Amino acid sequence: MTRQKRSRHRLKRAVAPYLYLSPSLVIIGLLMLLPMVTVIGYSFQNSAVLRRDPSFAGLKHYQAIFADPVFWASLWHTLYFTCMSVVFHMTIGMIFALMLNSDRINPTLRNILRVLYILPWLFTAVIIAVIWRLLLEPNGVVNSILMQLGIIGSKIEWFSSPETALHAVTFANIWAGYPLFMVSLLAGLQGIPKDLYEAADIDGAKAYQKLIFITIPQLMPIIISISLLDFIWTMQVFPLIWITTGGGPIYSTEVLSTYTYKLAFSSYNLSQASASAVVILLISLGLTLFYIRYQKAR
Amino acid sequence: MRKRHTPKDRLITVALHVALAAGLFFAAFPIYWMLSSSFKSNTEIFALPPTILPKAFTLEAYAAILGDPVKLRFFFNSYFVAGAVTVLTVLIALLAAYGFSRFNFRGKGSLNTLIISTQTIPPITLLIPFFGLVVSYRIFDTYIALIVTYLVFTLPYAILLMTGYLNTLPRDLDEAVAVDGGSSWTALWRVIVPISLPGIVATSVYTFLLCWNEFLFALTLTKSTSMRTVPIGIQLLMGQHAFEWNQMMAMSVLGSLPLLIIYLIAQRYFLAGMTAGSVK
Repeated sequence: MTRQKRSRHRLKRAVAPYLYLSPSLVIIGLLMLLPMVTVIGYSFQNSAVLRRDPSFAGLKHYQAIFADPVFWASLWHTLYFTCMSVVFHMTIGMIFALMLNSDRINPTLRNILRVLYILPWLFTAVIIAVIWRLLLEPNGVVNSILMQLGIIGSKIEWFSSPETALHAVTFANIWAGYPLFMVSLLAGLQGIPKDLYEAADIDGAKAYQKLIFITIPQLMPIIISISLLDFIWTMQVFPLIWITTGGGPIYSTEVLSTYTYKLAFSSYNLSQASASAVVILLISLGLTLFYIRYQKAR
Repeated sequence: MRKRHTPKDRLITVALHVALAAGLFFAAFPIYWMLSSSFKSNTEIFALPPTILPKAFTLEAYAAILGDPVKLRFFFNSYFVAGAVTVLTVLIALLAAYGFSRFNFRGKGSLNTLIISTQTIPPITLLIPFFGLVVSYRIFDTYIALIVTYLVFTLPYAILLMTGYLNTLPRDLDEAVAVDGGSSWTALWRVIVPISLPGIVATSVYTFLLCWNEFLFALTLTKSTSMRTVPIGIQLLMGQHAFEWNQMMAMSVLGSLPLLIIYLIAQRYFLAGMTAGSVK
């Protein structure tokens, strides 16, 4: 190769990655980063989107949201829904993973159960919502089983009474989401070096001691990173709640996403909805930063 | 080292199997109930006591769904949009992943962090500006609106997934092409793509599922019944005939088929796609 040729080659090598990345960067820039700036802009305008020449509103829409008791109720419901979901996803995922990983069960049974335990994961949020509406109908199968067992005395309207609705949607979401933990923890369990357990056996460790001192510490990185991701994603849940309760009755299952959606597309108050969307974005960004830091530290 | 067949040991094994059965009931009963209800008549669904197996097995709910052109259109729309987004995502993500995997360049680390963090942007935050954009570009209620918006959500993870896969391929393969005087473009299509099939399949599966499941944007950016996708179709069905539970369940079964089929034939790719982001 002549020197000229070589320098041209080097130039090509320097430019090439940007060319390969450019379609993605254009799409992410124009359709993700720019809209984020736009929505922040909307939140400071009067009649955003609806008028061509919106006037500057200052912090008015943020003040309106923070003065709205429904916003605070939504924030609280989101927190309850998310924390309960993550804790139970983790607990159930862990229990199932440990059970499937046990050498007391026959390998064929293990493989069949693994497939069946993953099932809830394969269904769309809308379908999960419809299934649980059928199950929890006042005349549905859950009520009739519970009544036959004598656990409840009369039919409960799970999704349409304010006392039970939030618990019912949370339960449906717990059912739908544990397999992510289960699959990840199962993969993690298989990666724990066997000699750790052998050493513990020699020391005469009991099963629960091995769980607390070997298994859980070894799985900690997976537990933390999936909990964070699960938390961020669960916080954003929309269809499950929209289809089961629509945020009702009397706002008892209103979460930040349904609250924002209603502001935007039922009341057409897109400015105030933008302010609420920015609040959600800030919470997510905070958690994401935490997640990225954690991933980098690993 | 473990002592076997002591009474205590046998008790633990029995308890474990009881727990496994309870877990199975928890995981699978709701799905079983959907399936069996879709084969029942509407009155039988709420029969007391509940019938576990359909007493009068009927396909009337499926016939009602499959005989209705409006509902078949929902399925066409979902397949079309998800298919189009999958093709576009895989192509664009493959190029980006190739750039990330095979080159060192300024800003690589921060671009990678940017792409990781865009995964967690709440959809509801982008919904309002997208609505504004879609209306002002007059693409409200079109396939284009859905395809473009879905692309934004599928792309970041698809790039990470493909990059992860390409990083596992030995570099000497494409370096051999460079020694022969071929460009990186030639190396990509002649060498990398043919051996990247597993990565491409995993990315496609993941992308397809994400689009198939999408609800919020389909709800907001389309309006006419002929543009609606399956998830919105199920919601519409619920509004129209609130008590046709067997049809709703039949539609849910049909709407879950693509996922179930993909899962059964490509379980490995499916799991790779769903967990690659969280387990490294």
